[in-house]
Amino acid sequence: MLLKRVFLSGIILVAAGGAAALAYAWRGAIPPIAPPAVTSFQPDEVLRGADLALIGDCRTCHTTAGGRTFAGGLAMPTPFGTIYSTNITPDPETGIGRWSLAAFTRAMREGVDREGRHLYPAFPYDHFSLTADADLKALYAFLMTRDPVVAEAPANDLPFPINLRLVLAGWKLLFFHPETYVPDPSRDAPWNRGRYLVEGFAHCGACHTPRNLMGAEVSSRAFAGGEAEGWAAFPLGPHSPSRIPWTEAALGDYLRQGWQADHGVALGPMRPVVENLAEAPAEDVAAMARYLASLGAPAATFPPLPAAAPDMSGARPQSAGWQAAIAAPGTGQPEGLRLFAAACASCHEAGRPLPLGGTDLALSTSLSADTPQNLLNVVLQGVPASDGQAAPIMPGFVSAMNDAALTALVAYLRQTVAGKPGWPDLPAAIAAARDAAIPSPHAGAAR
Amino acid sequence: MITFTVNGTQRSVTSDPDTPLLYVLRDELALNGAKFGCGLGQCGACTVLVDGEALFSCITPVMLLEGRSIRTVEGLGTVDEPGPLQAAFIAEQAAQCGYCIAGMMMRAQELLERIPDPDDDDILAALEPQLCRCGTHMRVIRAVKRAAQALAQAQALAQASEGAR
Repeated sequence: MLLKRVFLSGIILVAAGGAAALAYAWRGAIPPIAPPAVTSFQPDEVLRGADLALIGDCRTCHTTAGGRTFAGGLAMPTPFGTIYSTNITPDPETGIGRWSLAAFTRAMREGVDREGRHLYPAFPYDHFSLTADADLKALYAFLMTRDPVVAEAPANDLPFPINLRLVLAGWKLLFFHPETYVPDPSRDAPWNRGRYLVEGFAHCGACHTPRNLMGAEVSSRAFAGGEAEGWAAFPLGPHSPSRIPWTEAALGDYLRQGWQADHGVALGPMRPVVENLAEAPAEDVAAMARYLASLGAPAATFPPLPAAAPDMSGARPQSAGWQAAIAAPGTGQPEGLRLFAAACASCHEAGRPLPLGGTDLALSTSLSADTPQNLLNVVLQGVPASDGQAAPIMPGFVSAMNDAALTALVAYLRQTVAGKPGWPDLPAAIAAARDAAIPSPHAGAAR
Repeated sequence: MITFTVNGTQRSVTSDPDTPLLYVLRDELALNGAKFGCGLGQCGACTVLVDGEALFSCITPVMLLEGRSIRTVEGLGTVDEPGPLQAAFIAEQAAQCGYCIAGMMMRAQELLERIPDPDDDDILAALEPQLCRCGTHMRVIRAVKRAAQALAQAQALAQASEGAR
């Protein structure tokens, strides 16, 4: 009898808990609106929204290779499955044409779409929650005045139970703590502007902050380094593995032009970011640099750069010195040095500064970082030319270099040029980088 | 001395190990099909196949090719007996100045070995690294499709005669 009563109250408790959870998780739809006329938005607001869209990197995820801008459909591989970005053009049926400003604001700040469905945090609403009303209104004005594109995003490919959007309510309860931006009165206006943009629209931490097993950013380790699409998103501020501390000026130049002489070139998923920032307002990018520089630098003093292994006097500005450095195989000369002299030196030791010459590899963060990921990716894939922009280029060596050659080259670069102990488990990293570099049947246009 | 296979024949070359493959092919082996375009691995005129994969021979030091198998446009056929890709490029008159065409054909050969019946998107994606300044792009695409059809027909014929035997 007692048992039965305990059992019954248990059921009632679970049911009540479930109902409460459902009530928490349930979000109502916001009524659709007639698509607003383009002329209903103020031109200066639209322009401001365009700038925010650049800083927010919106088009990078919401556009496929060769597809219409903002029409969505880009496959975003996550550890949990593949999520497809959505159409954010004002098409009434497949885009956000029937979204009111209130619906748009709720999606940006709370990760809930107009119909009331929870959005996956691949859409970084954990950052966008900081954005100000006026800025969201401007971004809305910009998006709603784009050409509508009819494009239905493919269905997400996620396993049970992650494919149930209600599960995201639990995720949000655990990991999503929306805040409004509170300026720091002890700092100047550009710093506050920079912090607002970096932590909000620009969502830098989405890649540069490590994530936990549930895919949430570990806020206690902000900017300690993360990963994006097989590339390392290097740690920033006090965790930076850079050979030379990043200064505000260096950060500003890097974010605006995509390369910086003391640090190297933006690679992989950072390329579209800097391409967007190149068009964004200069003062906003400078503000972001001010805030990022204020994160600090590593406490340890930087070790002096190792002297270049061979005496390359006379090597610059021509590479003749490097060619002379190549002895016959079997003479004891490291294979990696021979490969470097033959395949790399003509650009990287040509004495031409970036962006026309190669990165000074002794300063390259890809060589000094904790992971060989980015070095391997760039050796194999190269740096593809940017459409319509003057930017650094490098040919890839995926078909030319076998694993033995790559191993020898990386050993030389890491140990002799960067003066650091070899990376552990290099073979596995090489295998992963090669998998990523081999063109899939339809990958060509995706570069 | 570096030894590799070129168009099915084993060759040993004495060029310095850092010499780009393109120079070795043209200057030491007198295979002038692959062209020097930009010298930076950006235009594709120098494209050859190594172990079946297309690469830019102008930036590939020959020391990386020990024991490997190289295929150049000369390996696709001869003037008297052009191979299927070459015949298709001639039939479609896909060359204007022709400087890029050897590279185009090698990149297309790699594509056809990977995807025997490519659609327009496959061809556009595969040939993206190859530049043509004359503007015969549409003819090049048609030529690759024509070659794919010719290869499919030849294969069907071969299978039919195999079955008849």
